[in-house]
Formats: sequence, structure tokens, C-alpha cells
Amino acid sequence: MPSTITPPEIDRHRISDGNNGHRPPTDKRTGGNGEGDGDNWNNRPRGHRGPHERISQARIGLFFALGGDLMFFVALISVFFVTKASGHFDAYDHFINSWLPTAIPSILWLNTIALLLSSVTAEIARRAMFREVDAMDEWFGLGRPVSYRAAIWLSATLALGLLFLAGQWVAWDQLAAQHVFFRSNPSSHFFYLITITHAVHLFLGIVGLIVALAALKFSRSLATRQVWVDTTVWYWHVMGALWIFLFLLLEFGQ
Amino acid sequence: MSIPTTPGTPPNQGAPSSRGFIALRWARRAPRAIFSTDHRIIGFGYLVISLIAVILGSLLSLVMRMHLAWPSWQLPLHGPILPEEYLALVTMHGTLMLFFVLTVAPQSGFGNLILPAQLGTRHMAFPRLNALGLYLTALALIILVAAFFVPGGAPIGGWTAYPPLSSTPLAGPGEGLGMDLWLASIALFAVATTLSSINMLTTITKLRCEGLTWERLPLTVWGWFTAAILSIIAFSVLLAAILLLFCDRHLHSGFFLPAQDLISGVLLQHRGDGSPLLWLHLFWFFGHPEVYIAILPGMGLTSMVIANFSRRRVFAYRLMIATTLLIGFLGIIVWGHHMFVAGLNPFAGTAFSISTIAIAIPAAAKVFSWLATTWGSRPRLTTPMLFALGFVSLFITGGLTGPILAQPILDEYLHNTFFVVAHFHLIMAMAGVFGLFCATYYWAPLLFHRTLSEPLGKLHFWTTLLGAYSTFLPMHFTGLAAEPRHYSQLTGIAGPSATLLQSTLPLQRHITASAIFLLCAQLPFFLNLLLAWRRPANDPADANPWHATTMEWAPNALNPHPNDEPSIVYRGPSHYTDSGKEFSPQWSPVNTFNTEAE
Ligand code: HEM
Ligand SMILES: [Cu+2]
Repeated sequence: MPSTITPPEIDRHRISDGNNGHRPPTDKRTGGNGEGDGDNWNNRPRGHRGPHERISQARIGLFFALGGDLMFFVALISVFFVTKASGHFDAYDHFINSWLPTAIPSILWLNTIALLLSSVTAEIARRAMFREVDAMDEWFGLGRPVSYRAAIWLSATLALGLLFLAGQWVAWDQLAAQHVFFRSNPSSHFFYLITITHAVHLFLGIVGLIVALAALKFSRSLATRQVWVDTTVWYWHVMGALWIFLFLLLEFGQ
Repeated sequence: MSIPTTPGTPPNQGAPSSRGFIALRWARRAPRAIFSTDHRIIGFGYLVISLIAVILGSLLSLVMRMHLAWPSWQLPLHGPILPEEYLALVTMHGTLMLFFVLTVAPQSGFGNLILPAQLGTRHMAFPRLNALGLYLTALALIILVAAFFVPGGAPIGGWTAYPPLSSTPLAGPGEGLGMDLWLASIALFAVATTLSSINMLTTITKLRCEGLTWERLPLTVWGWFTAAILSIIAFSVLLAAILLLFCDRHLHSGFFLPAQDLISGVLLQHRGDGSPLLWLHLFWFFGHPEVYIAILPGMGLTSMVIANFSRRRVFAYRLMIATTLLIGFLGIIVWGHHMFVAGLNPFAGTAFSISTIAIAIPAAAKVFSWLATTWGSRPRLTTPMLFALGFVSLFITGGLTGPILAQPILDEYLHNTFFVVAHFHLIMAMAGVFGLFCATYYWAPLLFHRTLSEPLGKLHFWTTLLGAYSTFLPMHFTGLAAEPRHYSQLTGIAGPSATLLQSTLPLQRHITASAIFLLCAQLPFFLNLLLAWRRPANDPADANPWHATTMEWAPNALNPHPNDEPSIVYRGPSHYTDSGKEFSPQWSPVNTFNTEAE
């Protein structure tokens, strides 16, 4: 993270805040419990509950949530490989495996590119949230350049994300036109399972983007805006990376 | 009992002064209390859920026991228990107890009530997420219980819901809509538990107060921490498994189903060559960590309570942290020991057998630490201490059969018998419940502002201990005599096994009588709560009646005022002088005696 912004309102209730929070919002100190144990705990200055803490708290929460999500997909993908490998012997001792690979609509390549681009725009938006110059401007009361920049890039992300979902819809449509449905074959079970569960996750990301955009517009606290944008964008990145993996699995793993 | 509703309420202000208007007051307060994001109210909410579940689950087990001992017994207002009804009872009993009691109460219930205070923080990381977890859990319970009232009734597949029987309504009554409700309930439960674990883990990593390093965390926190990690890993996999089973039931897939299946005389065809074994893998990948989720918080509490009443440090504190984590880690890689006779590759069986027996090492280290902590001390045998020692006793008795069952060759005989039922009821069900009682008696001064009666508590303890052993020890013998699990009736079977089973009938009656005794032994507990509620609240000056050292006993730790100075921790828990009279709590800047601060 390029910089950490410390707006003053957070630490107002502190009785002694170890000088944290009366400075311009460009404080780079990391605080909190992340610094390892035991280094002079009892005598350290107070006041590590600033906005940096809020961001890292949100990130840690996201980390654990994504850990669970990862296990969900690990389970699905294990079943994918087991199902692909399984079969039975018929009366003539032939091994019968009913797995017929599902032809992947080539629009998925385009969707993947859209999703990759959306991660780029999302990252630009995220970094814009932490530009010191803009944060200082806002602190001095010179408009809200932080929100302005980020909102543009975040809207681009939103548009690309919707484009991706629309593209997935087209892919399902194309398969349906070829009479490939969920029930057609074990491999088509997985095509639909994987793309639909991923789409649901991406939809949650879209909701996150909308909330982040709303926060950019309506929230007065810079820290709140940073938390929303930062967490949503990290989630978005992970969903993008997950898609790359799932896509490669569907394209080449069948 | 008063439930503090606002963070600023001093301990005894919420206590009812005139009891007449309590209903009115509740009507006014209820909406705010129910939709609160305050972790203490959420914690009480979880306890209420598990109280409902435990009462319901116990009643179901009572009906089961009556039927086993006297097969022709008629349930009043209902009539005789049919075999499929017996299976529904088994299923719902197991589901209620494992999910809604032993997962909810120790982890989410007491976790929410006590954990923030032990960390010296006023709030949790994500209060709204936390509240959402509570609502989803409540909804899950409602959906589960609704299964009793739909056509076909409750599912009959056991708490493990093995396919192919769980995959089609043809398998029996309850496997239609009832099974769908079961799946919906458990899916919601999995989401709820994941959410509340995310909140708990983030709180522990980020919101520890000044000075509270990882090594100074009480072992209770380590228990909650490890159980929360296991929850996230295990419940996510369960959710995926439930999704796949749902597809098998309704979308004509066959992940868990062979190409052809003859169920109740109907030949079913499925696409693909799925296997029920796959469900077993996924389910037990969840299921075994789940049993540790149920027990780890109790282990942590036992360590702390034993240390406190022995006035000793926990023996080998760091090692206890390590064993907690190690048990959690090993718990993830042993799931195959539930599948030895299910068609598992024998080589895999050997690997799972070794990893399972390896768990006995950290488990034995824990037992050793509990014993070493009390050894030679003159412990104060208060009720919470007795329940902690009872936990140790049950853990040993139940644990001894673990390494026996972990050997595939022995398990081949024992797997489907009551021997396994004895094993897991002693080590999980009874030890887990003893942990909950220990928590209730120990933390009552904080939760209710009243100390529970000691004589009643001791009566409760001794009768419960006697009832627990008298109920579950004999099950080892009926199991060795081949009493099968999940069988509604032991009489009327043909062949030599009938004679063998017939010989267990007197023991069956004894077990049933003991189970009734065990249930009655809970009356002193409820009486105790009732009497405490009618007593005036404790003097706030006596806020730390056990002379405990952990942060939840600091003045007003459970009801911090927004203007209070943030908490600071100066040392690890359990610092006492040799005589035990003096002690240095974690929050006190002064060391009452001369030992190193850490
Ligand atoms: C020394 C440690 C332990 C060992 C070696 C061990 C071993 C085993 C084995 C091999 C089984 C499978 C038996 C079968 O189904 O045939 C089993 C079942 C079971 N164990 Fe343990 N166990 C240990 C500790 C625990 C603990 C600490 C708990 C819970 C807190 C627990 C709860 C259960 C439950 C619930 C089942 C039965 C599940 C079912 O089939 O419904 N065990 N144990
Ligand atoms: Cu197990």
C-alpha cells in the first residue's frame, strides 16, 4: 500500500494518543498487533487503532473468508477429478467411462480478457485511494479528488464485470443451443457448477463495487471509503485469479 | 438474571427491581435485544438456541432409549415407535446435538460472551456479520425442526446423510421433503458458522489489547482460535458437499451415485459413475474437524479452570498452545478412520490409522498437563473445578477407546456397533457438556451477576457424573456383544446373533434407566439457575469471586464504559503465590510477588 491516511476524527476520543492523529493525514506508521510479539509491549505509546487498523482488519477478515472460499472450490475441484477418472466395468470387462469433455464456447476467452482488464482498472482505483497529494487536498478542504479519481476507475471495473457476467450468460446460451445442459454429461455438470458458482461470487463482487461507489459518493470519512474500495478490490482480484484457474481447468483439464 | 443491554450499563443496574413488570419490560426491550449487534446479546442468543436444541435432542434420545429397552412401549399421544420413526429420532438427535448444541454453545455462545473481555476489547471486529450469523443459525434451527411436520416427517439417514439413501425420496419416509429441509438447514448453518468464525478470527488477530501477545493469550482463546480455523475449513467443504448432493437429488447428476441403483425395489439409472464413497470423503473431511470444534473450547477452559483452582500455572503453557494447534492440524488429516469398512483402499486405511493414532500424542500431552497442574496442589473443589476434573476423567475414558477404533482390523468388527456410540458419547458428548457446565458455573458471576449455589452445583455434578458413566460405559459391552447402531429393534432377529443380543437386554434396561436418571440429574442445575435469578445480584465489590487472573474478571470487563481507559495486559495468565492467597491478574500493573513478569 503506497501510503496510509490518518484522518483526525478517528482518534478524537483518545485521552492519550501518543501524538498519533494530530498530524496531517500522511502518517506512514504501521501500528497494531502486526509487529510481532514481545517488543516492549508494556511501554509502547498508545493509539494504534487508527484507520490503518480498520483497513488491515477488513483485509484480515477478507483473508479468512477467502480461505473458506478456497476450501469450497478445492472440494468442487477434487470432485471434478474424481468424477473424471471414475468408470465401471461392463459385462465384457470393458472399462466404461462416461465422461465426454464439454466444448468450451470461445467467448470465454473474451470474457477472461474483460475480467483481466477489470482487475487492472480496479487496481488503479485502489491505488488512487491512497494518493497522498489527493488526500492532503481533501484534508485542506479542496474538494474530493480521491473519490473522484477512484469512482471513475471503479465504474469502469463495474462495467467490465457486468460485461463478463453478460458474456458468461451468452456462453450458457450457446451451450443450450447445442443442447448441452447441466444434466447432459458429468463434464457438463462441472461446466455449469463451476461457472455458476464463480458467477455468484462475482455477483457478490459487483454488489461490493456498488457499495464502494456509494461510499465514495456519500461517505465523509476517507477511512471508510478506503476500507470499502480496498477490500472490494482485493476480493475482485482474487475472484479474477480464481477464474483464470477455473478457466484453464475447463479449457485444458477436461 | 439480567442481560446487560447497553455497553454502559453497570453490572447490576439491569437487574429487575420489581418483578411484576418484567413481561412488559421485555416486550419493550425485545426488538432492540433481538436485533442488537452487541456481542453479549448475540452470545446469549446462541445459548438460547442451544438450550432449545439440547432439550429437544435429549427428549428424542429418551424416546429412543425407551424403545430400545421396551420395543413395544407406546409413546403417549403417538403410539408405538415404528422403525422409520426410530431412524428419524436418531438423525434429528445427532443433528441437533452436534450442530446446534456442541458447535453453537461453546464456540459461538461462550465465545461471544467471554472472548472480547478476555482480549480486553470492547467490541468484535465485525458486529453486523456476527449478528447475521446468529439470525442464520436461528433460521437453520427452525428449518430443521420444521422437518418433523412436513409430509413424510424428519429424514432418516443419520447425521452423516450417506447417499444413496439420502439421494432419493424412494429410500423411505423423510428422505423427500424432510431431507431437503435438512440439507437447507445445514447449508445455512455452515454459512452462519463460517461468518461467525471470520469475525472471531479477525477479532483475535487484530483486537487484542495492549500487551496481550499471542503467548499471553489464555488457553480458552487458543481453543476458540483453533476451532474457528477448523470451522472455516471444514464447513466450506461441507457446503460444497451439500450443494453436490442437492444436484444429485434434483438435477439428475450422479456425483455420489453409481450408474445403477436398486432402491426399494426400483431400479434407478444415473449419468456417470459416481460413488457414495466420495460423499464419505467430503463429509468426514468436515466431520472429524467438527468433533474437535466441539471439544477444543472445552479443553482450553479446562486448562484455565484447573490452573485457577489449583493456584498453579498451567503446566507447560507453551506446549499446551502447541498441542492445541497440533490437534487442530492433525484433526484435518484423519478423516479416513470413519471409512475403514466403507470400501477404502487398505493402504489409505493404514495411513489414516497412523495419523489417527498420532493424535493420541498431543491429546495425551494435554491430559498430562491437566494432571500435572493439579498434582500435589491443594485444589479448591468448587463446582466449576469439579466439572473441569470431570471433563478430564471423561476425556480419558472416552479417549482410551480411540486408538482401539483407529486400528482397521478392530474397527471392522466395532464400526457398526454401540462400541463407537460409547466412544463418542463419553469423549465428545459428555466431555463437551461438562465443558459447558464448567463454563456456566465458572462465568455465572460475570454473566448473571450471581454465583450459583455450591451445594446444588455439587449435587448436580456428582449425579451427572454417575449418570454419564452409568449410561455410556455399559454401551461398550453391548457393542462388544454386537449390538448394532441405528437398529430400531434388537428382538425378533433370526439366527445365533439373536441369542447374543437377547443376552444384552438386561443391560439395555439398565442403560435406559441410567439415561432417565441422567436427565433428572439436570433438575438441580435448572433449579440452581432459577434460585440465582431470584436472589439479589452480587455485590459489585465481589466481582472476582474465584480470584481469577484472566482479563474477563477485570472490573467491568464485560460492561466496559466508552470512556474507560483502554485495557492493558501486563503478564500472562495464572500468576499466583505459592500459598495461592495472592495473585497477579493480567490487568494489574503491580506484581504482588517477586517472580518474573513473563
Ligand atoms: C485419541 C483420540 C481419538 C481417536 C484415536 C479416535 C478414533 C476414532 C475412530 C477410529 C472412530 C471411528 C469409529 C468407527 O466409526 O468405526 C471414531 C469415531 C468417533 N469419534 Fe473419535 N477418536 C478420538 C478422539 C475423539 C474426540 C476428541 C472426539 C470428539 C470430541 C471424538 C468423536 C468421535 C465421534 C463423534 C465419532 C463417531 C462419528 C459417527 O460415526 O457418527 N473422537 N473415533
Ligand atoms: Cu474422527
